[in-house]
Amino acid sequence: MNRRSFLRSAAALPLVQAFGAATAWSFGNVQVACAAGPAGANYSRVLILVELKGGNDGLNTLVPYTDPAYYALRPKLAIKRDDVVQLSDRAGLHPSLEPLAALWRERQLAVLQGVGYPDPNLSHFRSIEIWDTASKSAEYLQDGWLTRAFAAQPTPRAFAADGVIIGSGDLGPLAGGGTRAIALANTEQFLRRAKLAQPVPISGNAALAHVQKVEADIVQAAAHLDARLRFRTEFPSGNFGSAVHTACQVIANPSGVAVVRVTLSGFDTHTNQAGTQARLLKEFADGLVALKSALVELDKWNDTVVLTYAEFGRRPKENVSSGTDHGTANVHFALGGRVAGGLYGGAPDIARLSGDGNPNYALDFRGAYATVLDRWWGVDSRDALGGRYAPIPFLKA
Amino acid sequence: MRNRNCRFAQFTALATLLAAAALAHATTMPMGYDDARHLLVRTGFGPTDAEVRTLAAMPRRDAVARLLRDTRTTPVTPPPASVLDAGPLRPPGRDTPDAERKAFLQEQIRNGLYLRAWWVQEMLATPSPLTERMTLFWHNHFVSSQQKVRIARLMYGQNAMLRANALGNFGALLHAAAKDPAMLVYLDSAQNRKGQPNENFAREVMELFTLGEGRYTEQDIKDAARAFTGWSLNRETGEYLFRPGIHDFGYKTVLGRSGNFDGDAVLDILLAQPATAEFVTTKLWREFVSPDPDPREIRRIAQAFRNSGYDIKVALRELLLSDAFWTHENRGTLVKSPVEFVVGTLRQLEIQPSSGLPFAVLSAGMGQNLFAPPNVKGWPGGNAWIDANTLLARKQFVDRLARADENPLQMTAVAMSPGNESDAKARAQRLAREADRGVRNLHFDAGTWLAARQGSTPGEREHAAQALLLALPPQAPPVPGDDALGFVRATLQDPVYQLK
Repeated sequence: MNRRSFLRSAAALPLVQAFGAATAWSFGNVQVACAAGPAGANYSRVLILVELKGGNDGLNTLVPYTDPAYYALRPKLAIKRDDVVQLSDRAGLHPSLEPLAALWRERQLAVLQGVGYPDPNLSHFRSIEIWDTASKSAEYLQDGWLTRAFAAQPTPRAFAADGVIIGSGDLGPLAGGGTRAIALANTEQFLRRAKLAQPVPISGNAALAHVQKVEADIVQAAAHLDARLRFRTEFPSGNFGSAVHTACQVIANPSGVAVVRVTLSGFDTHTNQAGTQARLLKEFADGLVALKSALVELDKWNDTVVLTYAEFGRRPKENVSSGTDHGTANVHFALGGRVAGGLYGGAPDIARLSGDGNPNYALDFRGAYATVLDRWWGVDSRDALGGRYAPIPFLKA
Repeated sequence: MRNRNCRFAQFTALATLLAAAALAHATTMPMGYDDARHLLVRTGFGPTDAEVRTLAAMPRRDAVARLLRDTRTTPVTPPPASVLDAGPLRPPGRDTPDAERKAFLQEQIRNGLYLRAWWVQEMLATPSPLTERMTLFWHNHFVSSQQKVRIARLMYGQNAMLRANALGNFGALLHAAAKDPAMLVYLDSAQNRKGQPNENFAREVMELFTLGEGRYTEQDIKDAARAFTGWSLNRETGEYLFRPGIHDFGYKTVLGRSGNFDGDAVLDILLAQPATAEFVTTKLWREFVSPDPDPREIRRIAQAFRNSGYDIKVALRELLLSDAFWTHENRGTLVKSPVEFVVGTLRQLEIQPSSGLPFAVLSAGMGQNLFAPPNVKGWPGGNAWIDANTLLARKQFVDRLARADENPLQMTAVAMSPGNESDAKARAQRLAREADRGVRNLHFDAGTWLAARQGSTPGEREHAAQALLLALPPQAPPVPGDDALGFVRATLQDPVYQLK
């Protein structure tokens, strides 16, 4: 049985929900992942994180198109009322996000408004560290929030990897010791080169142990990934489209992977923002449409949740260079077959900004992580997040 | 009580004796092969056997003194003519026809590639590898990227400025970097004007160039940004230009000091903070000594650095003569950067390529694209250099080199051109393919190389080869009875080869 026919037969079977129970099943002689880790974690469900690196401008992503304060703050950059993709009588999407309108109508797109945290930090590096480690603003943690989650509740040993990081060197939420995180640019190249990796016992100083561990992880992942799978979906050209394609190849692997992270960079728009953001958001929307289509092909759309994140949003008042400076609360998206579409949180109150010109947050980003941990995977979020955060109810019950 | 005092006195005497012995060792005894290799690999790009043996006869202290004395401030390799040409320094405006704009940016990308190739050539050719390592260190500290700056000539200008100051005075370097034209573009200083400040440079100069995160307030940044208003560049000459018309001459408060500061005054306030010396010393420690800075040593060395008025050589001398630098526990604890890995391999295997371009491209594929760090914080380095993707890129590079012997008729010449694709991805893919082919076409004769090692038996020569190439004993010892090629290949594939 080759991979393609396996996938077809798997797709033809009724969906098996293995919530809260360790399950293993096989088709013919193909052993399929133990869908659940120990003690009830359901890691057969996939999380795809999309990082909008540089800090996407949320105010021009979800536009308060009836608010005079918005047009006053953005004489050059405001999106015209007639150009937005209307979601409600007050909020509309940037015109480049039009391809997502269908998902919105199907109620599979959740728009999280005003996502941030108390005492926000405006440095790219420190703020993304706060997001990646789910730390408090003045707390410094080494491990990513997913690293801690997987340490408390491991994924099945048979998984190709805990997580795959596509097209970026930094491991973000998978950073720190212990996780089996694979960084790769594309599957074909990874498999071709992986033949050079040889596992050796892990010993010696921290740097040596790190090299040895990465080598062992390569051997494990390469045994499970397959680049021969062909999709009917056409992926957009460009780096983000390729990354989405690779993400789908990774998710297609029959042994399992819990998380995939893709990155879209270039959102640090201090100057001439309009053209740059329009191009990036178009890449983003086209990529997500292809992602959905390919995951539907794989019959994985109902077992996938996509969540965007970024270090921060941008300041409501545009700067003199037709750009925007570092801000705080931001808009984010969750989408997937089991997402309960709609608007969540509250639009930032741009008529009442803080001393540095930024709005307060409405949703704590750790609430979105809690949704993933508690409600998507069935893993207690308290340890991974260092406290209890109310999940944002963007998943269907 | 008396007994304890007595024991303490004995202990002190012993410690003094040991310290004296260590000092005598550093001062008079030849340090030997392993120490010389360690010093050269940590301060250069992978030394040749001959370089190690020359230094091995010297005491540590003399070797460090010589290393710091013989440093260049200019390159030996002539820079590519294209980056010296007086061409337009401003990307064509929006009113320029699209084709013309594209052609201009294409030209800059091509020039950027020539620039990377040139720097790799310089790293291979320089008699002062420490100068290039420090230039690279400062490139990763006072970061600018061609991705934003666009104009290759400005990137070259910054590189020359960093090299000129690489082992000079940190204060002078900070002032020069702040007014460097590429930096003025990269951190938006040129957009920073009175009444409408752009905080980008003000924030990064505190967070990344001097104090470190959390040692200033948001208000400090706002007032510092006002002090830097008017720092701009002349787009005709490509030189720094102060524009008084957009400078905020008002009263500012930065780190508790108030006055009508300009940008230079703010930089001096930052230099006066002890945190600055500690921040830079800590970064140097991670570059040269170990991944775990010792806080007491950092304070001591930072103090000496500051007392010297920020003489970079003083900080380096203290670091290179510290016990932590020489202790065996810290050998092989740092990961080679991609550029060190690629250039060091070529140097140690004594391969002289005709062009640096394939190696600049390969190093980019391993996560270090010269002149284009990922963001203003630079390459994170350390263990982060190694992930599945980059480790495999490294292993493939040395695998190709070791296989080069299988095509002995191929020539060393590698034909690569920056090309004229309009699609950046297409260009990147073609360059990567050509770089890969270029490496396969290099000529490396493992048998000849191994035969040239010191030793009277094959076993001794293999041992000498390992002593040159590896900082620690191999983890996966080569198969006994393997041929020269198999031996070299196994050594280069060993996890230890990633370390320095």
